[in-house]
Amino acid sequence: MNSISLLAFELPPINMLLRWRDVLPTVNKVVLIGIAAALIGITIFLLASRKDPTKAPKGSRNLAEVIVEFIEKQIIMQTMGPSGLAWTPFLLTLFIFIYLSNVPGVIPILQMPATARMGIPAALALIVWVVYNATGIKHQGALGYFKSVLFPPGVPKALFILITPIEFISTFIVRPFSLAIRLFANMLAGHLLLVIFSLLSEALFQARDRILIPVGVLPFAVLMFLTTFEVLVAFLQAYIFTVLTAVYINMASHAEH
Amino acid sequence: MEALATIARVAAEAAADPAAEKATAAAASAGYAYGLATLGPGIALGMIFGKAIESMARQPESAGMVRTTMFLGAAFTEALALIGFVAFILLKFA
Repeated sequence: MNSISLLAFELPPINMLLRWRDVLPTVNKVVLIGIAAALIGITIFLLASRKDPTKAPKGSRNLAEVIVEFIEKQIIMQTMGPSGLAWTPFLLTLFIFIYLSNVPGVIPILQMPATARMGIPAALALIVWVVYNATGIKHQGALGYFKSVLFPPGVPKALFILITPIEFISTFIVRPFSLAIRLFANMLAGHLLLVIFSLLSEALFQARDRILIPVGVLPFAVLMFLTTFEVLVAFLQAYIFTVLTAVYINMASHAEH
Repeated sequence: MEALATIARVAAEAAADPAAEKATAAAASAGYAYGLATLGPGIALGMIFGKAIESMARQPESAGMVRTTMFLGAAFTEALALIGFVAFILLKFA
């Protein structure tokens, strides 16, 4: 006898929690959710763009305008100022895609955030890395950009031995890494919490000992609370990813003074 | 008491088998890794949100800017705790 016999509680293997099953080779639930997220985002904005802009907004156009306004007022104006408004399409795409990939984590039946696998966050972080470095090179020139990043002005010359490696690692390696890890680990932690509490409630409700059955209400209440919390986290992580992207682009496009 | 006895017996059985002993050690260190990783970021997050609330209460007109900066600081700090969580996952499952 290997497991403790009070409860039939056993965590399934991690592969089963995160993979579901392959529809085609390499196409599983996560890929399908990612594709659906992209298609839903495209559909909403295509429908919105078809409507007459001179009339009062209704339906999909109303939704689209609220989202665009949120990106412009809450993200770009707060971090980049009016000169960053040209970045609205890029940041809007990032935000919508990440949010729609996160939110299936709390939708019944789907129950899997596509960003809880490393693939999508890593690819997004790589795109952001390329974009902010390209912006820096475009605005300051290749030499000027690397000079302002690696040798920040106003620092005593002797300190460059210390500062330059730190700046190099933090700007070119840690930034994309932490951007990807933050999104991935947040969604994975939320997903695992939901899995553990739902399995625990199920095991307690079906316990052989009758005394244990009412105790199952406790993990079930926590599960309900965590589900509402995950709705918030899904939004917050999309917001934070977009804000950080805006900050990195802003840092790269203006030379430090 | 019976449950405790069962746990003790399972633990004793696990300790006898070297592979199971290694798995037990990995699980225990995974727990310690995540527990330790939360300490610093936990304190830091408290300070970030506390200070942000303080400054928003003092100057409500600057609330928007403070909120954005607060989320930025929280995101950077949270990354440390999340790296601890990733270490936990790697120790436990990899």
